[in-house]
Amino acid sequence: METEIKLRINGERYSLRVDTRTTLLDALREGLGVTSTKKGCDHGQCGSCTVLLDGRRTLSCLTLAVTTDDTEIVTAEGLGGDNEPHPLHRAFIDNDAFQCGYCTPGQICSAAGMLTELDAGHPSAATPQGSEPRLDDDEIRERMSGNLCRCGAYSHIVSAIREVGGRA
Amino acid sequence: MTQAIATGDAGSAMRRVDGPDKVRGTARYAFEYPMKEPAYLHLVQSTITRGRVRAVHDGAALAVQGVLAVLSHTNATRIDPGDETELAVLQSDGVAYRGQPVAAVVAKTPEAAREAAALVGVDYDVYQHDVHLSAARTDLFAPDDTDTHQGDLEAAMAEADTVIDHVYSTPMQHNNPMEPHATIALWDGTSLILHESTQAVRMVHTTIASLFGLERDRVRVIAPYVGGGFGAKGPLHAPVVLACLAAMAVPGRPVKLAVTRRQMFTLVGYRSPTLQRVRLAADAQGRLSAVGDDVTAQSARFTQFVERAGDPSRMMYAAPNRRITHRLAALDTNAPTWMRAPGEAPGMFAPEVAMDELACALDIDPVELRLRNEPEVDPGTHKPFSSRTLAECMREGSRLFGWADRDPAPGVRRHDGWLVGTGMAASTYPALLMPGSSAEIRFEKGRYELRIGASDIGTGAWTVLGQLAAEALGVGVDAVRVHIGDSTLPAASLAGGSSGTVSWGTAITAAARAFREEHGDTPAPGARTTARGSDGADENYSAHSFGAQFAEVHVHADTGEVRVPRLLGVFSAGRIINPLTARSQFIGGMTMGVSMALHEHSVVDPRFGHVVTQDFADYHISVNADIGEIRAEWIDTPDYRANPTGAKGIGEIGITGTAAAVANAFHHATGVRVRDLPITVDAYLLGSRG
Repeated sequence: METEIKLRINGERYSLRVDTRTTLLDALREGLGVTSTKKGCDHGQCGSCTVLLDGRRTLSCLTLAVTTDDTEIVTAEGLGGDNEPHPLHRAFIDNDAFQCGYCTPGQICSAAGMLTELDAGHPSAATPQGSEPRLDDDEIRERMSGNLCRCGAYSHIVSAIREVGGRA
Repeated sequence: MTQAIATGDAGSAMRRVDGPDKVRGTARYAFEYPMKEPAYLHLVQSTITRGRVRAVHDGAALAVQGVLAVLSHTNATRIDPGDETELAVLQSDGVAYRGQPVAAVVAKTPEAAREAAALVGVDYDVYQHDVHLSAARTDLFAPDDTDTHQGDLEAAMAEADTVIDHVYSTPMQHNNPMEPHATIALWDGTSLILHESTQAVRMVHTTIASLFGLERDRVRVIAPYVGGGFGAKGPLHAPVVLACLAAMAVPGRPVKLAVTRRQMFTLVGYRSPTLQRVRLAADAQGRLSAVGDDVTAQSARFTQFVERAGDPSRMMYAAPNRRITHRLAALDTNAPTWMRAPGEAPGMFAPEVAMDELACALDIDPVELRLRNEPEVDPGTHKPFSSRTLAECMREGSRLFGWADRDPAPGVRRHDGWLVGTGMAASTYPALLMPGSSAEIRFEKGRYELRIGASDIGTGAWTVLGQLAAEALGVGVDAVRVHIGDSTLPAASLAGGSSGTVSWGTAITAAARAFREEHGDTPAPGARTTARGSDGADENYSAHSFGAQFAEVHVHADTGEVRVPRLLGVFSAGRIINPLTARSQFIGGMTMGVSMALHEHSVVDPRFGHVVTQDFADYHISVNADIGEIRAEWIDTPDYRANPTGAKGIGEIGITGTAAAVANAFHHATGVRVRDLPITVDAYLLGSRG
């Protein structure tokens, strides 16, 4: 069964017919050629497919495309301006916060979403009971633990995010 | 397949030239090439472990809308696998392991392919299977050339003041690069084009040409970006062959195959579990008289792979008596393969824990014990070391870590409910130099084009090879453009065995030198020169990288939870060509070492012969919150005896030794000695003190 959906991806409007079984991840990668978001497990366990869906970090492999009608999707490619990289792009390069690069777009979307959550005061398991969350390494590590990196760039990912979060 | 290089001479911390594309996600990995009218391949895997396929029922699958073909051994193109038995896919009715591909569906959409694959019926004759590894098996066999005997180990053990004699184990582990193996195969009736996730475009190119009986110029393999490999994308595995078979079934249509994460646990290899009986004999001052490591590992019944965990014990410490053996069990499983530091990763766990046990038994500091057993020459081969820098690494590590004030008593420090300990281990990895790489330098439009069929699996080759070429040409790196990851480029050895940069580097240096000789400093547009690199390492030396890891471990006294808040590695790996990417590789190896120490464990169900832990919910790898303060430093020691670049490999040494350092720190924290990985909460809660 197919359904038509309309959505915005990285600022552009798309209208497409999707099999109701198709995930947002497959609709992006196979349907539209938006391969900035990666498939690492297809089970919601690795975070490589993280996108910002209406500003919130979301696993696109666990989201059926048919449910994203009338939403706004941003991938790592769409973060920042046309000629201006997002500060997270720059910080990941400066801190060498990746090696093979496959988990990286998901890490960057997750980092962007996580900094917004922190700004909004959402607590995490690393937040001391009864206090406002603050940007520190423990908060970053906890909040970024849904994004696996097999090359082992975690410590540099933490420093990249700290650099950007501390600047804001 | 090209990248402009910004700034940075060899030796400088130049940022990755592929960085801008990778952080945006616009660097294209194998599955991401736009294709016109692609077809999708989905596998049907055996639900038995050993037996024969009696019949394949494909009617229901063929009736699914969009299905183009159902492949099985009854209709797949015949290939000539030669000795590559793992690649004899759909060539017979035999089933050699659970999860073996027995059929495959090609369809116009991934959804249709998957649905149809579930509808393929397979009838089997089921035979008894055996997947149980044990050192007590009576059918273990000795693979060729993996045993060495020097002196008399048994006599030395009988005469020694102190002996250590224990069995250590490391579990089955799966490489799991974040990008699962993927292929796009296009067969136009005469030629085959492969977009492949591989560590070795050349190896894929020659192997596929040979399997399918194609002239080499009829096969092209493209892999500019690879989402990690850690050994699993070195040798070829069944999926790429299936993609080629499927492409031949639908000529003119590109066939896309993305291995699923679950299939990563059945189809593309694993690190064999190891059982190691380690024996050490020492006098009262800690001088070793004997070193023994008897390794038991597994292989597949249909092929042979040896996890050479005994290798490091041949050369690590001085001792006149030595016995290193390997025994294999041939099981009804898929074949093990290389996984980051094959041999050395398990092989620097067991003996390095045994050394810690000896240090405790003799009440000698673990660093001091290792210093007392520094060999003059390689004790296994009696060749001089190209450089032996373990002592410097341990001394510098001790200084940076604050080792000097350590109280050696185990199980006596407690802070806020956590038991606290520190431990160390040595690390090593051979400095390999692979023959067979060539590079071409072309001068075009005022720039030097470096062309070499190398692979960047995250190591930094896009960046570092440009730095090496610029250095050899005597120009700035912005004058060099790098072209890698394509079999139409001059052939290069694989990205594996920590050998890529140095092996390709010798070819790049030779090509640059020859280019200058032929064309001078002001070459004409279009000038080009190709040259071959080294044909192998200088056999007169024993060449290795060395290092020392220091770990702080906290163990919760009530829950047994194990944390590693602090980890330091100090390495000596020859000349460091790019400190930025080098540090990432060292830290990456150490991070995987923590993962090996605390998390990774593939569990096999002997009744059904399959790996039960087939996803990241069950097969744990370290996540961000598992890694505390982690630091890698190195001692700058260019080693021109190892090879003409002065560099040695850095991709694998970080994982060697790390698990032992964590296990030794765990003992220091708790008084519980762990000899089996991974170290889970029950290790403390159920472990015996001593």
